[in-house]
Amino acid sequence: MNSNSTMTTVMPHAIAKPAVTPLALVGLAAGLAVAVGAAFWFSDYHLFQLTMVVVYAIAILGLSIVTGFNGQISLGHGAFYAIGAYVTAILMDKYDVPYFYTLPASAVVCAGVGFLIGLPALRLGGLYLALTTFALAVAIPQLLKHKALEDFTGGVQGIVILKPDPPFGLPINGDQWLYLFTLGVGCIMFLLAWNLLRGRIGRAMRAIRDRAVAAEAMGIDIAMLKTRTFAVSAMFTGIAGSLGAIAVQFVAPDSFTVFLSIEFFVGMVVGGAASIGGAVFGAFFIQFVPNLADQISKAAPGAVRGIILIIFLYLAPAGMAGLTRMAIRRLRRPKPTGA
Amino acid sequence: MNSASTSAASPSVANEGSSAALMSVQGIVVRFGGVVAVGGVSFDVGRRQICGLIGPNGAGKTTLFNCISGIYKYNEGDILFEGNSIRSTPRHRMAGLGIGRTFQNVALFRSMTVRDNILVGAHQLGKSGFIANALRLPFVRAEDERAEAKTDSLLDLLDLRKVAEELAGGLPFGWQKRVELARALIGEPKLLLLDEPAGGLNHGEVEELEGLLRQIREHFDLSILLVEHHMNLVMRVSDKVVALEFGIKIADGTPDEVRNEPEVIRAYLGESDDDDSH
Ligand SMILES: Nc1ncnc2c1ncn2[C@@H]1O[C@H](COP(=O)(O)OP(=O)(O)O)[C@@H](O)[C@H]1O
Repeated sequence: MNSNSTMTTVMPHAIAKPAVTPLALVGLAAGLAVAVGAAFWFSDYHLFQLTMVVVYAIAILGLSIVTGFNGQISLGHGAFYAIGAYVTAILMDKYDVPYFYTLPASAVVCAGVGFLIGLPALRLGGLYLALTTFALAVAIPQLLKHKALEDFTGGVQGIVILKPDPPFGLPINGDQWLYLFTLGVGCIMFLLAWNLLRGRIGRAMRAIRDRAVAAEAMGIDIAMLKTRTFAVSAMFTGIAGSLGAIAVQFVAPDSFTVFLSIEFFVGMVVGGAASIGGAVFGAFFIQFVPNLADQISKAAPGAVRGIILIIFLYLAPAGMAGLTRMAIRRLRRPKPTGA
Repeated sequence: MNSASTSAASPSVANEGSSAALMSVQGIVVRFGGVVAVGGVSFDVGRRQICGLIGPNGAGKTTLFNCISGIYKYNEGDILFEGNSIRSTPRHRMAGLGIGRTFQNVALFRSMTVRDNILVGAHQLGKSGFIANALRLPFVRAEDERAEAKTDSLLDLLDLRKVAEELAGGLPFGWQKRVELARALIGEPKLLLLDEPAGGLNHGEVEELEGLLRQIREHFDLSILLVEHHMNLVMRVSDKVVALEFGIKIADGTPDEVRNEPEVIRAYLGESDDDDSH
């Protein structure tokens, strides 16, 4: 080992790892082309389903940032989805704000709420956050129905909003535009998340998740980083809520029960908790597995969904992302190094 | 401990060559309930000095180590680092002061790659926040590239190149220890705290470690404080040795001086001087 200092000069960081391999870039471009092409291949109803896949993918990505990457369990991310949806619906319905301007507003509100909830709960430790967020998710539908807020929220009736028209006289219909708009926002959100998670801040998030004491010794301010991570996570899921509201053109308290939070959680786990790509898979899963279950058994679709979920997690305990990583490792190196 | 200031003023035997002490432990007292774990210990660590902290089990080494690394708060006395008290420094600021550390049983980020583990060590050198990172502004990119370049040279120095993309948790123990060392070194510490670096290593690895510690001191121009059971290693590698027993300092000097100190011989009576079973 004594001779290694000379090696430093002989091979100065020879094999710097590229951020994206050419193969991944090609795959990404192809995926994007297919996603855009889908706007012209699918019927309006299927396009709506795909729009919701993008929406859910952003929501699950938000949850994955805090739970998968930072190790803080949130059981109530549906609450932020609901808040985002209502911010958009109220701004559009009561204040005639154009739909795209409601997104930054929703981002600010959800990040703020996330920060305020994260601040005390995160200091108390992981399980308190899980319970606090769960309580929030349980309370949200009732809050939205509350008399005091009825003028804004429309109470039990909810709010109907107008379907946006395609801009600039584009020769596409409303559903196609809605899908492409959502896809565009989705791409931006995924790019932001990818940047955030691969750099200094993302590494710090994962370091806290893996070994907090050591993370602190490396100079990471744990309370600060966790709180901000939670705020960012709430912001992502909130923006998804806004996009969801625009896509459905309707918000009502009972669309945002605690089951929504559980769906997001399932989507995250199925995709692979700490995976950006996994969020997309998770979104497909929670969007299409209910349909699939319905086709298999009209009588007990819930049971079928449960069985599908269990079988899937049995086959891929680390989610789709874990399965993919394992496959890549196998391909790269036929003889896996042990230990 | 009123003698704290005088002990700082009188340079210790092994301190010649270094002008002012890098770190000065001044009459530290730590109590756990009724137990006095450390009962008023003073010593200095000079610049570029390797200082060994020894003593039988229960002597208070770990407690003192945890005070210096900011994990425990001390009841009395003070610890000065470059002349400033670290009493109220939050734990996450220690790295920024220039105090790096490793952990007794290795505390790596197990599900992260070796490369990412080392990169986390560079966290405190960076300044970029959430928004700058999400937008990956040019200065974030530059910051990352600098950290990557330093990581690469540490991978070479510590012979970790071929496991750079492996998950840290899957490596053999001896390798994990080197990853931890690299992770501490990338943060450019002025003082490196090593908690039983030889623990769990085999004979050959301990010999490599000895060379490595010297090399690190030369290469990075830093001081090392090591708590270590492995007496051979401590005596060979240290410029200065501090011996504790029952929370009290019983000797402080060059390895030869400490080895021949009657108190030390008495404290270690019955324990093998060639204790390399650890
Ligand atoms: N967290 C603690 N709570 C109570 N007593 C402790 C604690 N840590 C250490 N001690 C006591 O302090 C004394 C010194 O322990 P320690 O610093 O671990 O010694 P060493 O590292 O030299 O073996 C021992 O008597 C031990 O029982």
